[in-house]
Amino acid sequence: MVPESYYVALSAVLFSIGVVGVVVRRNPLVIFMSIELMLNAANLALVAFGQRVGNLDGQAVVFFVMAVAAAEVAVGLAIIVTIFRVRRRLSVDELSVMRW
Amino acid sequence: MAYVSFFVIAAITVGSALGLILRPNAIHGALFLVVNLGSVAALYLMLGAEFLAAAQVIVYAGAIMVLFVFAIMVLIPGKEETGPDPRRSARLLALPIGGILLLLLVFVVAGRFTGPGAATRPSGTAGAVGRLLFTSYLFPFELTSVLLLAAMVGVLLLARRRA
Repeated sequence: MVPESYYVALSAVLFSIGVVGVVVRRNPLVIFMSIELMLNAANLALVAFGQRVGNLDGQAVVFFVMAVAAAEVAVGLAIIVTIFRVRRRLSVDELSVMRW
Repeated sequence: MAYVSFFVIAAITVGSALGLILRPNAIHGALFLVVNLGSVAALYLMLGAEFLAAAQVIVYAGAIMVLFVFAIMVLIPGKEETGPDPRRSARLLALPIGGILLLLLVFVVAGRFTGPGAATRPSGTAGAVGRLLFTSYLFPFELTSVLLLAAMVGVLLLARRRA
């Protein structure tokens, strides 16, 4: 039985990769996918912690995170498509309208 | 044996995550993310969370990634990142910062792993998780349906073509 700390360490690695992806990439779709990667890393950590404590509450929380992630992806992609329709370009560097 | 399969799956997971952020083509990134989500589902299975493994494949690798691939196909952003990056030096700062974040995460979390864990791992079958969802987590579960409905209406409103 692989100890839970291994899974949590792996989730830390995945989360850091997601953070770097959000900062490094310019394509909003890839940034969005990196956010999904971070959500997944958090889910993995939740399941591992829940199994360590010995109850199923962690898995119930992961279920809710999945539902929220599905809603978030639908809304986020709709926003990206709408922005693309108006601007005809898709680079986060050019989307500075709301930057102070 | 369990260790071998864990390290093999972990290597696939990390490799596909790196592929997502390193490949310039967004569609390659989406396919790498599918591999990543599938291997995380395998990790759920190894942890004994069978229901979540199935939900992961259906919801993430199925529904969410189809949405992503659709959006990538519609937007055709393949040539957006080919030009020279005007903020290259600022972006490269992300690498040491990501490394520091990783060290901090491992440091903080490793400090929490003291003492023995639970003797046995509960089995996360659909029956067990479902019973929990419909008893202790009934109210959040119903709220989730409202959230999904609100998201659906909001997306329709956002993506509607203005007449």
